[in-house]
Amino acid sequence: MAKPMPSEAANEFIPGWEMVIGLEVHCELKTRTKLFCGCTNSFGHEPNTNICPVCLGLPGSLPVINESAVELAVRIGLSLNCKVDESIFHRKNYFYPDMPKDYQVSQYERAINENGYLELPLSKKMVRIERAHIEEDTGKSTHVGGGGGRIHGADHSLVDYNRAGIPLVEIVSAPDLRSADEAREYVSELRAILVASGASDGKMEEGSLRVDANVSVRRLGSEEFGTRCEIKNLNSLRSLVRAIEYEAQRQVELINSGERVIQQTRHWNEDQGVTTAMRSKEEAYDYRYFPEPDLVPLSPSDEWIAEIQGRIGLLPAARRERMASLFASVSAGSTLDQIVTAVGLGLDDLVVAAVECGADPKLALARATNEVASDIGNLSNLTVANFSDLLMMEFESKLSATQAKTVLSKMLESGSGPQEVAKSLGFEALDASILEGLVDQVISGSPKEWERFSMGEDQLSGFFIGQVMKLSKGRADGKAVTSILRSKRA
Amino acid sequence: MTPSTVGLGAAEIAKLVRSKQISAQEVAEEHLALVRLQDPVLNSFLQITDDAAIASAKAVDAKVAKGEDPGELAGVPVALKDNLVTRGFATTCASQILKGWRPPYTATVVEKITRAGGVVLGKTNLDEFAMGSSTENSSFGPTRNPYDLNRVPGGSSGGSAAAVAARFAPLALGSDTGGSIRQPAALCGIVGVKPTYGMVSRYGLIAFASSLDQIGPFARSVKDAALMLQVIAGHDPRDSTSLESGVPDLLSDIDGGVEGLRIGIIEELIDGVAPMVGSAIAEAANSLSAQGAKVEYVSVPAVRYGLSAYYLIAPAEASSNLARYDGVRYGLRVAGQDMNETYISSRTKGFGPEVKRRIMLGTFALSSGYYDAYYGKAQKVRTMIINSFQKAYERFDVLLSPTAPTTAFELGAKAADPLSMYLSDVCTIPTNLAGHPAMSVPYGLGENEMPIGVQILAPALGEVNMLRVARAVEKGSPLIRRKLFWE
Ligand SMILES: [Zn+2]
Repeated sequence: MAKPMPSEAANEFIPGWEMVIGLEVHCELKTRTKLFCGCTNSFGHEPNTNICPVCLGLPGSLPVINESAVELAVRIGLSLNCKVDESIFHRKNYFYPDMPKDYQVSQYERAINENGYLELPLSKKMVRIERAHIEEDTGKSTHVGGGGGRIHGADHSLVDYNRAGIPLVEIVSAPDLRSADEAREYVSELRAILVASGASDGKMEEGSLRVDANVSVRRLGSEEFGTRCEIKNLNSLRSLVRAIEYEAQRQVELINSGERVIQQTRHWNEDQGVTTAMRSKEEAYDYRYFPEPDLVPLSPSDEWIAEIQGRIGLLPAARRERMASLFASVSAGSTLDQIVTAVGLGLDDLVVAAVECGADPKLALARATNEVASDIGNLSNLTVANFSDLLMMEFESKLSATQAKTVLSKMLESGSGPQEVAKSLGFEALDASILEGLVDQVISGSPKEWERFSMGEDQLSGFFIGQVMKLSKGRADGKAVTSILRSKRA
Repeated sequence: MTPSTVGLGAAEIAKLVRSKQISAQEVAEEHLALVRLQDPVLNSFLQITDDAAIASAKAVDAKVAKGEDPGELAGVPVALKDNLVTRGFATTCASQILKGWRPPYTATVVEKITRAGGVVLGKTNLDEFAMGSSTENSSFGPTRNPYDLNRVPGGSSGGSAAAVAARFAPLALGSDTGGSIRQPAALCGIVGVKPTYGMVSRYGLIAFASSLDQIGPFARSVKDAALMLQVIAGHDPRDSTSLESGVPDLLSDIDGGVEGLRIGIIEELIDGVAPMVGSAIAEAANSLSAQGAKVEYVSVPAVRYGLSAYYLIAPAEASSNLARYDGVRYGLRVAGQDMNETYISSRTKGFGPEVKRRIMLGTFALSSGYYDAYYGKAQKVRTMIINSFQKAYERFDVLLSPTAPTTAFELGAKAADPLSMYLSDVCTIPTNLAGHPAMSVPYGLGENEMPIGVQILAPALGEVNMLRVARAVEKGSPLIRRKLFWE
């Protein structure tokens, strides 16, 4: 079993203190239908159009488990190295208008996936996964007028039940994370795993990934945990980092001023950048969990689990290894960072394919993680063939680096091939004889500089390249100019 | 003056309709006329769906005219307990909280009945949310016993039992969570069956206690009850707890007799019952012996704990099942200053005292710190009861007991004392906890000239044997019936 590594001094956020963070990540499963009924599972429809007696919890209706939701949950469990086992459903009872039955069907005592781990890609730290269980999502409330979007003080509230009954898997980590950056790294790696396993689309902005963070602080070297607060509903990596840092800071200040941290559920206010108390432990709901009598235990057979294992694609760790194998050696640093970025963004297939077409690995990785990554929404405009052609043109100095970057941006925008774009931008490399003529022109116009360069003042090459660039209106390739200058000096 | 088809059994009516000797429409009209005339006194129906009944009767007749078979229940009038949802028709559970709600869908059992040619006459009264043993907990007034209007029909399916006993319909559906079919069947002198848990789909049955609820038939004969059960039983993909095993033929062996069958009388359930009820069980046992069965007394010790376990498990599940009636989406809403006040006002006004009592009991039983002592322990008792029955079924094919400890009591007699009311289900509750089938068969008259019911219990999926024994009990029962209030 993987053990958490001791925290590193680099993670210290306030000298002498350490954060202890555990995350609960709610992931919407990418099924066609909801968890217990045949309603469509999709985002962005007219409110209350994907509903039926079952997901509205109408009297007399009964749930029937969606097999493909169970399969996706198993995929998550296997991808996180969990033990997949027989499990049961419980009812979590509390009153809230967006919960049609006023209870949520969830897994409490025996989760489908338990005791796994996730390895952070950069620090190689093992984070234990306590469980990844199945539950149904609630509807979505909108509180109108007063109250600043919260129910208290609102004039009225609207509820959309399209989301009610959408299958979720909640992935609960052990309190193994020690900094906001680690938390971010954990969530991005988890997100990459969820996408790669085919279980989720991982879209945080659409709410298909929502994070609750349990944060406490303790003096460095202490073995005991401090009192934790749970920050609910962090919907982006940026909020996650900001909220954790704010919360940890708040707790340290409390302790330093002689007060105690109270165990609470807290709300993250994005605009003000603060967490505020929602309810304390004393006010916490008594959920009165008990086994859901309308459902039977889930007992996936070993054969089925093995079949599912076979259907999971390459996971991020394997993808990173595949990328690394393109290079002679990868040590920590920029190449590894780029590999992690490429895999995290799902650009690794593009890089590998381009390299297979003959592109230079380093160049492919650099262009993918910079230019392609910055316009990833247009990824579908970029074919592997066009991408590798562009990389070849740059590698063979038919385009300068600057030109190649510009061409690539245009390719992503328009979907055109590199030759076409380069031509339209006037980036066709100049004919060698024309280039030589331009170099001669510059030499004759700057005799003193040429004499110094001929005497061995190499740094003057920049001056000549600049002059040639000016004359050629940026169409000349710097490398080609340098080699002409060198040959003329000899 | 008795109209021609009123009083006929389901099988007889279906035969007459299928053979064109009478039209389904006539059958429906005759029964509806009797209901219209006599039910205002009895209060067994909460809603009479005349137009829909005539329309489905006409559809049956049209099939017959075209030479098609309308099904085993061709033209048979059926009454439905009003906790079965019916698309477009109010379904109330006899509660104010569902005021104005019209379900957008129909229960599986109701679809099956309609598909088999049955004609639904309307929805019958019950104790609110099926919680009670006398139908006095209905928010629409109590149903009366058709043999003595001062007495209760039993409950919670009192409306269905009274309607069948009063000849308003030859068949009705009820639901049985702790005896809610069998006890009113006994008190009204008719047959009532609680099938094995999972044999009949619960889809569209408004839940009281999901792990105990089961739908079953009322009829005036064992054969008619078997006919109805055959129609409604079977796997339903919309109910995860519905059994996948096929349904055996319940009718072909029903007259097979009891020769060689081993029948045990449950000692624990004979103790303390009314004297005439006790002697009726002894007589029924003698009759079964005379017909060739081997009858003995048997101890099933764990049944003593049934009532206590039941009054933790059933309220616990109910407290969760009934949470959804919160005034937000449907039914009664009493608007308050904020969300919590709306919840509280709606539920305070919408639920009656017995429902509130059970919600509170159940909420308490599930509370953190009490779960293990109450709900957890009750589940262990449940396992004990299953084991105790299992031991008895190693030696016996079916078991025998009274259905209820007394005959029908007077209206109001137990209303002020919930505990004595709960005790009227002491004989029926253990089978629900075990998930087994059991049924009540009338056996003469007892105290106050009111009907007595004999309960026949069987192991899971033991319906075939259970019905054979029930048929034998029926054959041997005294041919005595009190006059109905309208006779
Ligand atoms: Zn639905």
